[in-house]
Amino acid sequence: MTINQSGWKPTTPEAGETEGTTFTGNRALMLEEPLLFEIGSLDQTGVDFADVPGQTSRLAGLERRKDIGLPGLSEPEAVRHYTRLSRQNYAIDLGLFPLGSCTMKHNPRLNEKVARMPGFADIHPLQPVDTVQGAFELIHKLGEWLVKLTGMHSVAMSPKAGAHGELCGLLAIRSALEARGDKREVILVPESAHGTNPATAAFCGYRVEDIPATAGGRVDLEALKARLGPDVAGVMITNPNTCGLFEPDMIAISEAVHAAGGFVYCDGANFNAIVGRVRPGDLGIDAMHINLHKTFSTPHGGGGPGSGPVVFSEALTPFAPLPFVEKTGEGAYRLVEEENAEDHHASSFGRMVAFHGQMGMFTRALSYILSHGADGLRQVAEDAVLNANYILRSLDDVLDAPFGFSGPCMHEALFSDKGFAEGISTLDLAKALIDEGFHPMTMYFPLVVHGAMLIEPTETESRATLDQFIAALRSVANRAKAGDQSLKAAPIHAPRRRLDETLAARKPMLAYKEPVQAEAAE
Amino acid sequence: MSVYYSKEHEWVRVEGDTATVGITDFAQGQLGDIVFVEVPEAGRQVAQGGDAAVVESVKAASDVYAPVTGEVIEGNAALADTPELVNSDPEGEGWFFKLKLADPGQLDGLMDAAAYKAFCDSL
Repeated sequence: MTINQSGWKPTTPEAGETEGTTFTGNRALMLEEPLLFEIGSLDQTGVDFADVPGQTSRLAGLERRKDIGLPGLSEPEAVRHYTRLSRQNYAIDLGLFPLGSCTMKHNPRLNEKVARMPGFADIHPLQPVDTVQGAFELIHKLGEWLVKLTGMHSVAMSPKAGAHGELCGLLAIRSALEARGDKREVILVPESAHGTNPATAAFCGYRVEDIPATAGGRVDLEALKARLGPDVAGVMITNPNTCGLFEPDMIAISEAVHAAGGFVYCDGANFNAIVGRVRPGDLGIDAMHINLHKTFSTPHGGGGPGSGPVVFSEALTPFAPLPFVEKTGEGAYRLVEEENAEDHHASSFGRMVAFHGQMGMFTRALSYILSHGADGLRQVAEDAVLNANYILRSLDDVLDAPFGFSGPCMHEALFSDKGFAEGISTLDLAKALIDEGFHPMTMYFPLVVHGAMLIEPTETESRATLDQFIAALRSVANRAKAGDQSLKAAPIHAPRRRLDETLAARKPMLAYKEPVQAEAAE
Repeated sequence: MSVYYSKEHEWVRVEGDTATVGITDFAQGQLGDIVFVEVPEAGRQVAQGGDAAVVESVKAASDVYAPVTGEVIEGNAALADTPELVNSDPEGEGWFFKLKLADPGQLDGLMDAAAYKAFCDSL
C-alpha cells in the first residue's frame, strides 16, 4: 500500500479533535490519494522497451532532447490511483443526483448494449454509403420520432449539443429573414431563459434585449407584446423555463411574435418534462433543440458528448443545415450534402459540423424511445413532474418556495434562502448535504431567485429514495433556519473539508509544480 | 463632487465632466467574493443602460451597465490582478471605469445616497 506522501489528511481534525487520525491518513477503505507526480518518479518507468537494433533516426534532428517529465508508474499503480480517486466521487450509480437530467440522469444499460453493437460502433463517417445503410436508417428513424414527438415539420440531426442547437435554430431564422430581405437586429430573451440563449443570439450578431418575468416567474406577455416591432427577429424562450415552470401563455406569445413578423425559438432543454404530453409544434414554435443527453438519457455528466438535434417549422425547413439523411426508397438512404443539395435544398444556411452528428448518442436515444414506447415516454414526463412536485410540497413548509403559490412545478422544484438565519447561506446548506451523503442541488441559479436552490430529481427515483433525500434536506434546512453555526464548517465527513473556492478562482493552480525544495536540490 | 446611484446598483461619482463608475457596497455583498472583473478599454462608447463591464463572483457572472452615456477614459487596470478590491473598497479603490460624461442631464434620473439606501431597504 502506498503511504500518504502528500501530507493531506482526509479530514484534518479541528483543534482538540483526535478522531480520524491514522498513521497513513487513510480512513479504513477511504484511501487518501496523492498526486501521480507524488507517487511516481521521474527517474523510473513503468514499461521498459529494448533499444531497437540497427535503427537510423529519420527525424532529421527533431528528436526530443529533454526529458518529458512524466512520472513512471507500473500498470497496477496507475490503475489503483484512478480507482481510488473514483471512490471519492459521487455518481448517479451511487445515489440521487439532484442537479438533474441536464447533468445526470439514469442511463439505461440497454442503450449501452445497443451502442456497442459493432455495426453501429465500428463504422467511419467516410465509409462508402452503401456499407452504412443501417446507420443511416437509424439516424432517419430517430429523426422521424423526434419530429413526431414535437409535432414539428423537419429535423436537423447534426448539432452537437444544446447551445450548438440554439445556434443552428438562430442561423435558420436569420437565413429566413435574409431570404425575404428583412433586416432585423434584435432577439428578445426573457429573464426566465437559459443563460446560453442570450450568448447564442449575440454570437449570431443580434442585439439582445431582456423581457422581464412576472411575479409568478413567467414571461410578462404584455411587456413582450409592447416590445415587438419590425426590428425584432425573434424571441428565445425556454419552456418549461429555468424556474421549473410551464409558460401558459406560449400560444399567445407565438401568435404575437408571428404577427410582428418574427420567429419563435424554443430552448427545448426541459423537453423531458413535457415529452408525450405537449407537442411544441402545437404551440407555434418555429425551431427548438432537443437535448438527447437529457430527455433521451444519453450519458452526459460523466463527460459523454451532448447531442442537440433541432426541429423546425415548415417556414424554417428550407433553411435547415447540411448534411442530412434522406430516404430514397424502401431500405435505401442517401446523404444530402453540398454536392447534391442544389436541386431541392438550395436555401440551406450551410454546414455546422464535419459529419452527420453524434452517432453514439443517436443509437442510445433511439433505444430509449423504442424501449419506452409512446406510453412509456408519457410516463417519463409524468414521473419527472410528479417527483419534483413531491419534493416541492414535502419541503415548502420548511423552505421558501418563491413560486409555490402559482401551482404545480414541472420537472424542477425551486426554493430560496428566505428564512435562513443571519449569516447562513445556500452554500452552507449545500455543503451540509454532502455530509448527509447527497450531491448538492443547483445553487444560485436561476438568478431571479435569491440564494436559489433548484432541485431536479428526474423520473427514475423511487419514493423511498425521494423520502430519504427530503428527510436529509429538511434536517439541514432546519439547522439553517435555527442558525446552527456548525453548518459553516461543513462538510466535515468528506475526503476534503470546505475548499477555498475564492482563492481557487482567483489564483487557480492548473499544473503540477515540483516543490521548491526538490528544485533546490537539483 | 457628488455621487449618484442606479437601480442596477452602480454608483457614479462626478467631478467636472468626468464620471467614475463602480458597483455599490450592497451589490458586492450580494455577489459575494469577486474573482474576475472585465472593464472597458479607453475610447469605447457606452450608452446609458448598455453593457459596460463584467463582474464574476463565486456565485454568478453579471453584466455591469453604464449608468450614464459617455466615452470611456480609463478602465481600472488594478482589478485584473486584484478583483478583491471590489469587495474590500467597492466605492473607492474598487472603481470600474471612468468616462467623459456626454449628457449631465442623465444624472437627474439617478438616485442620491439616501434614496438608494431606501431603495435597497425595499428589496
